[in-house]
Amino acid sequence: MRTLAVVSAGLTVPSSTRLLADRLAAAVGGQTPVTVEIVELRDLAGDIANNFVTGFASPRLAAALSTVADADGLIAVTPIFTASYSGLFKSFFDVLDQEALTGRPVLIAATGGTARHSLALEHALRPLFTYLRAVVVPTAVYAASEDWASSGSDDLAHRIARAAGELAELMEGRPPTQPPAEETVIPFEQQLAALRPRPKE
Amino acid sequence: MQFGIFTVGDVTTDPTDGTTATEYERIKAMVTIALKAEEVGLDVFATGEHHNPPFVPSSPTTMLGYVAARTERLILSTSTTLITTNDPVKIAEDFAMLQHLADGRVDLMTGRGNMGPVYPWFGQDIRQGIPLAIENYALLHDLWRKDVVDWEGRFRTPLQGFTSTPRPLDGVPPFVWHGSIRSPEIAEQAAYYGDGFFANNIFWPKEHYMRLIGLYRQRYAHYGHGTPEQAIVGLGGQVFMRPRSQDAVNEFRPYFDNAPVYGHGPSLEEFMEQTPLTVGSPQQVIDRTLTFRESFGDYQRQLFLMDHAGLPLKTVLEQLDLLGEEVVPVLRKEFAVGRPESVPDAPTHQSLLAASRAPAVSVE
Repeated sequence: MRTLAVVSAGLTVPSSTRLLADRLAAAVGGQTPVTVEIVELRDLAGDIANNFVTGFASPRLAAALSTVADADGLIAVTPIFTASYSGLFKSFFDVLDQEALTGRPVLIAATGGTARHSLALEHALRPLFTYLRAVVVPTAVYAASEDWASSGSDDLAHRIARAAGELAELMEGRPPTQPPAEETVIPFEQQLAALRPRPKE
Repeated sequence: MQFGIFTVGDVTTDPTDGTTATEYERIKAMVTIALKAEEVGLDVFATGEHHNPPFVPSSPTTMLGYVAARTERLILSTSTTLITTNDPVKIAEDFAMLQHLADGRVDLMTGRGNMGPVYPWFGQDIRQGIPLAIENYALLHDLWRKDVVDWEGRFRTPLQGFTSTPRPLDGVPPFVWHGSIRSPEIAEQAAYYGDGFFANNIFWPKEHYMRLIGLYRQRYAHYGHGTPEQAIVGLGGQVFMRPRSQDAVNEFRPYFDNAPVYGHGPSLEEFMEQTPLTVGSPQQVIDRTLTFRESFGDYQRQLFLMDHAGLPLKTVLEQLDLLGEEVVPVLRKEFAVGRPESVPDAPTHQSLLAASRAPAVSVE
C-alpha cells in the first residue's frame, strides 16, 4: 500500500487546517488505498526552531522529515497568515532536504478567515513546491470560514473530491518511493583529473 | 593514543559578568592554555585559523612558533589550516619552518573554511571550495616531497623550477590530517594519500560523523594503505567538568545558553543527549569518551574543545587540570584495553623518520 504524508500547520486544537487536511486525506483514501501519516507542525515548533540554530534535526523532527521524504504523496495544508503560508509551515520545508520532494505528487491546501486570501495558494504555495521540483496537482483547495457551510456545484466538498482525485491518480501512476541512495564517492583520481589544466587551443 | 585540546580562538563576552577579553588578552590566554596543556601531560595543542572577528588566530604558525619555544614535548597542530584560501606555497614554507623550530613537533589539519565572504579576501571563490582543497593540497604534497617542482593548475600561477624552503626537517613532511564535517570528497582525499582524517565531533549527532569516518576507513583500505581499522582517525569532543556533576551543569549552563554556535536553541540536556557534548563529573566525561570507540572504532587522536563561549581563563585552566589529572590517564589506560596490536598510533615526526629510513618491505 502507498503512503500519504499529511503536513498540517494549524495552530489550535482542534484546527480548521487539520480538519481540512483530514478531509483531503480521507478523500484520497476513498480513491486509492493509502496509509496516512500525519505530521502536526505545532508539535514540532520548538524542534524546527532549534534545527535552525543548531543545524541538525532532533530525533522527533528527523522522524517527521523522514515521514514526508519517504511517502508516495503529500498533502500540505497551512493557514494563510499575512498574505502567505505561515512561518512555521515555511520553516518546516526550509529544514527538509531540498531533494526530498523531487517528482513527488503534492496537493496544496490552505485555510483562512476570508476567501479573499485564496490566491495565496497560487502565488506562495505552488511556487514553493515547484521550486522543490514536486508535481503539484492542478486543483488547490482553499477553505474560508464560509466554506464550511457552503453547498452547490463548486462547494468545498466538490473541490476536495476533485483535488483528491488528481492526487490519487498521480500517486497510482508512479512507482513507490525508494529509500535515498547511499552516498556515492567520486574516485580521487577523477577529482584530480577534472582539475588538470586544459590543453591549450 | 594522543590526547589534546583544540581551540577556535573566539573572543566571546562572558555571559555571567558581561566582560569581554581584548584581542591581546585572548591571544595571551591561548598561549597560556597551550603551555598548560603540556604541563598537565596532554600531547597536542591545535589552534584554529580565522580571518574575521570575533576570532583572533589569523596567523597560526606565528603562535605555534612561540609556543614551540616554551614547550618541550607538546605536538603543535592546527584546527584547521585553510587549504582553500592560503597559498599552498606559503603553507609549505610556514610549516616546514615551524617544523625546524619545534624539532619536528608539528603536524597540521587542513580544512576548507565554510564562510563565503572570507574567500574573496584571499582572491578565491567558495563555489570552488572542493576543487581548491584538492588542487592546493596536491601542490602542497609535492612541494614537501620534491626538491624542485614544475607545476601548473587552475587556481594559482604556474611554478617552474621552484624549491620551497626550508625543506621539511629530516626530509620528512609534517603529517596531515584532513578535517571535514560534511564532505565525502575530503574523506576520499585523506584516504587516497593515506593521511589522517579528523571529524570535529562537536555540535552534531555522532551518526553524522560516523558516515564520513566509515567512508574514510573503507577508502583508506581501497587505496592499499592498510586495513580499514588501521586508518588514522582523529576526533573532537567538548566537555565541561566539576567534581560534582550538578556543579558542572549549573556553571556551564549560561555559557551553553549563550554560546555563539548553538546558544538560544535546545536545552543543555537535549544537546547533551543528541550530540557528544558532556557536562558533568570527570567520570561521566571518561564514560562518554570511551563510547566514541564503539561508534568510530579504535582511533589515534582525541582533541577536546575547552576554551570557547567566553569561559574565563582561570576556569579553562581548572578544566585542563581535571582533564590532565583525572580524565586522560584513565582514558589512556582504558583505550589501550582490547586495542589490537595492528592498530597504529598517530604518526609523529620520529615514527615517520624511522619509517622513511627503514628498508622497503614488500607486503604479501
